[in-house]
Amino acid sequence: MSNKTKMVPLPSQNIIPERDLGKSPVLETRHLGIDFGGLNALDDFNIALGRTEISGLIGPNGAGKTTVFNLLTKVYKPTRGTILLNEKDTFGMNTVAAARAGIARTFQNIRLFAGLSVLDNVKLGLHNQIKYGMWTGILRLPGYWKREKEADEKALDLLSLFNMRGMAHMRAGSLPYGAQRRLEICRALATKPSILLLDEPAAGMNPSETAELKDNIVKIRDTLNIAILVIDHDMSLVMGICEGICVLNFGKIIAKGTPAEIQNNPEVIEAYLGKRKEG
Amino acid sequence: MRALSNQKLRKSLYAYAIVIIGYAVIQVLANGGGLSSAFEGQLVPICAYVVMALSLNLTVGVMGDLSLGHAGFMSVGAFSGAVACIALENMIPVPALRLTASIAVGAVCAGCAGVIIGIPVLRLKGDYLAIVTLAFGEIIKNIITCFYVGQDNRGLRFGFLTSINDLNLGDGARTIIDGPMGLRSVPKLSSFTAGFILILVTLAIILNLVNSRSGRAIMALRDNRIAAESVGIPAAKYKLMAFVTSAALAGAAGTLYVLNFSTTVASKFNFNTSILILLFVVLGGLGNMWGSIVAAALLTVLPEMLRQFNNYRMLVYAIVLILVMLATNNSSVRTLVGKMKEAAALVFKKRGTGR
Ligand SMILES: Nc1ncnc2c1ncn2[C@@H]1O[C@H](COP(=O)(O)OP(=O)(O)OP(=O)(O)O)[C@@H](O)[C@H]1O
Ligand SMILES: [Mg+2]
Repeated sequence: MSNKTKMVPLPSQNIIPERDLGKSPVLETRHLGIDFGGLNALDDFNIALGRTEISGLIGPNGAGKTTVFNLLTKVYKPTRGTILLNEKDTFGMNTVAAARAGIARTFQNIRLFAGLSVLDNVKLGLHNQIKYGMWTGILRLPGYWKREKEADEKALDLLSLFNMRGMAHMRAGSLPYGAQRRLEICRALATKPSILLLDEPAAGMNPSETAELKDNIVKIRDTLNIAILVIDHDMSLVMGICEGICVLNFGKIIAKGTPAEIQNNPEVIEAYLGKRKEG
Repeated sequence: MRALSNQKLRKSLYAYAIVIIGYAVIQVLANGGGLSSAFEGQLVPICAYVVMALSLNLTVGVMGDLSLGHAGFMSVGAFSGAVACIALENMIPVPALRLTASIAVGAVCAGCAGVIIGIPVLRLKGDYLAIVTLAFGEIIKNIITCFYVGQDNRGLRFGFLTSINDLNLGDGARTIIDGPMGLRSVPKLSSFTAGFILILVTLAIILNLVNSRSGRAIMALRDNRIAAESVGIPAAKYKLMAFVTSAALAGAAGTLYVLNFSTTVASKFNFNTSILILLFVVLGGLGNMWGSIVAAALLTVLPEMLRQFNNYRMLVYAIVLILVMLATNNSSVRTLVGKMKEAAALVFKKRGTGR
């Protein structure tokens, strides 16, 4: 299915799926880089993602993958380079502005609002979709009841997408691990993003959970028509669902291409397995 | 299945029920003459401390930041409210209305102080709030100690002086704040009923806030700031909202408190008072409103009840505090309490089905 996607080159030496060619890339980075003190954690990072593309970001431990997400969501300020989100330069934005501009993410080490209910976690994702003021809430004005009902319905709909409706009133921190990961995705989707960043969504999952996750990621893209960028060490997941893949090593892109191209790229094999001894 | 929301609702109902039942019981006792005059004199301060504990719980329990100068906001509310009360004497002759207006003035002034402190501090990540509020509590005490306010036929006059005479008051002179001597000849407008209403209003504001969009945002920032910002919740805005609400309610409590005594000095609202209120909140449980109410009420009455121990009063007070802390934190005591609860639940269930 996704492996058959035809990928076409852009003038900027990036590739995107042919179906997204008519539209501008949802996200584009140009010469993005960051230094931590003397450490060159990311350098000359260039990618472009199609509107409905599922793409992968892989590389060995410490390659700089999470750093890319932290740059895209403005947790870190880039040392150099540009990030264009929906063709708009995100220079000067903070994390909150980036979220409002349409970028949503999950975290490598799960970050839920552990003390709140599952439903409240998703409703927090709806924070900027369904709004009313502080006094409307305190005085319980009609707007409060209307908006809360609307938020409840929307949040429950999203939870249903992941078969989590039954858990709506449980404490988020008390959920089993797999459900916590799903809830994080649910909360991210509630912000109505144009691009979703998933940081190692399959970490700690067994093969059947991973298979379900794969289906869910494709389902999200197909129903919501958004772009998804996945970091993962699970090659069956990345090779199975991603259309374009970007490989990082020591903060630099060492390969870009379709899953088939990446699998046969000698430099990638070397980065993962080490250099073969000569002779 | 609706476990968590039911639990939340039940806790809110407990809080309202405790306040209403407490008020009713005390009213009945008072009308029957069953209350000592010493205890009756404590009623308004108890109400004020309950409001203080509730409002501090909003900052410490709900928002999750430590504040060590809550008495400072009480002080701002107390002095501004008292000045308003005297200044409005002719304009609003009805005592109940004047009390309401004074409390509103106290709340607004304390809220403004909250904005001034909150805007710079809450932008920072980390525990700066504790340090700054600690300093604020001390500074406001010293400022009021050298502040003079008087009234004459021309209106209010005030300034930072060394003596009330420096105000050069004309005909109809009246001293309101006399520097280190504090407030003078304040009309005693506060009553237990007014305190009861203020507690209910405070409770409604806090519980309704917590169970709304803004309150959720405040708690999300407490649970995980990075995640909250990643879904587009601005930290500074919502932290400021919680902190200013908390400060304003403390100001209202201050006005209620001060209009119960004819004189009050600024040093009444010192660091010890701030810590005492924090103690109520911690003992009652962070984020637990009914706990704050019970802890504040009991621990305000306790020193009075311990009068019979004379010199050993503070010793016994300390022992009681340690016991309460053990009871709320010790796992064996907690399991014991849990078992007692289970047993009680069984008994009630049996009775329920038997009927
Ligand atoms: N805030 C920071 N300060 C200093 N160094 C950092 C910081 N964040 C990341 N680094 C460094 O940048 C490099 C890349 O880290 P990053 O977390 O992006 O790796 P990763 O590719 O996500 O690895 P993993 O697969 O283990 O999650 C590492 O050497 C890391 O130590
Ligand atoms: Mg990582």
